Amino acid sequence: MKVIVIQFSGSTCDRDLVYAMREIMGWEVDLVWYKEVTHKLDNYDAIFLPGGFTYGDYLRAGVIAAYTPVMQEVKTLAKEGMPVFGICNGFQILVESQLLPGALIGNDTLRFSCKWVNLRVETSRSAATKLGVKGDLWRIPIAHGEGRYFIDEKGLKELIDNDQIVWRYVNEHSEPTKESNPNGSIDNIAGICNLEGNVVGLMPHPERAAESILSPWETDHGRLYFKSIENFHREMM
Amino acid sequence: MADFKCEIIIEGKKNARDPEGETIMRDLMIKHGYDMVHSVRSGKILRVNLTAKDAKEAEAICWKMVNELRIYNPVAHSCTIKVLTE
Repeated sequence: MKVIVIQFSGSTCDRDLVYAMREIMGWEVDLVWYKEVTHKLDNYDAIFLPGGFTYGDYLRAGVIAAYTPVMQEVKTLAKEGMPVFGICNGFQILVESQLLPGALIGNDTLRFSCKWVNLRVETSRSAATKLGVKGDLWRIPIAHGEGRYFIDEKGLKELIDNDQIVWRYVNEHSEPTKESNPNGSIDNIAGICNLEGNVVGLMPHPERAAESILSPWETDHGRLYFKSIENFHREMM
Repeated sequence: MADFKCEIIIEGKKNARDPEGETIMRDLMIKHGYDMVHSVRSGKILRVNLTAKDAKEAEAICWKMVNELRIYNPVAHSCTIKVLTE
């Protein structure tokens, strides 16, 4: 796999993501400053938007990065089927670019939340859950202040009907309870995909859970995210 | 052409909970005797100075800008624009 991580002004999780994909997954990874994406993006097998606080989260997390010229190219390619993945701030950028529906607003706790959460895989049709089975429990940490996923009633129904909800926050028993929801996201949504499944965004950080040494339970569930993407790529070939 | 001061007010939609507004009302206003207050919504104001032909054009420029640049996310926010002065 050959992938690109686009580094924006204010990206902070770019190197963690590069480490996970290069050292753990063994992929060829280019970390490229957003103004220096001069080579063609369609030479890559996938595009990654890392976590962070692009442009200081000013106005709204992700919105200013969504208007950079490189994102216009990402949008075009995503619509042609290029796999595009956004983690945390990357998810916010995908939403603000309108590649994914809805909005990510301030946590209902009014606090920045940094902790391990349980995610339930809701579908295996997204590029990032190809190896997952509906109901699988992944332990992956979050670290965000604006992660409350919001969408109106009609939009939520469409997400459900179209099988676009990829992960939900759940408790140890796989139940999507209020207590297991770290930010007040509607319907406990932690991550979604577009209709085609090639654009996927999630608030938790799989790159921080991709090897057992990082986890209190010695799990490496983040690796399943990357392995799924690898699998999706193989299927596309 | 004249200079105009415009206010772009961005608020959360009513169906999205506003914990900041709720906390300001519950833990500050009501706790300090202002129990007649029954709703507070927090938001963001952008005060924009711009040059336009008249107030109507100033408002039209603001609306074009907020929609084109997604100054508010219509899924979660509502937006009001006021042209204050000439």
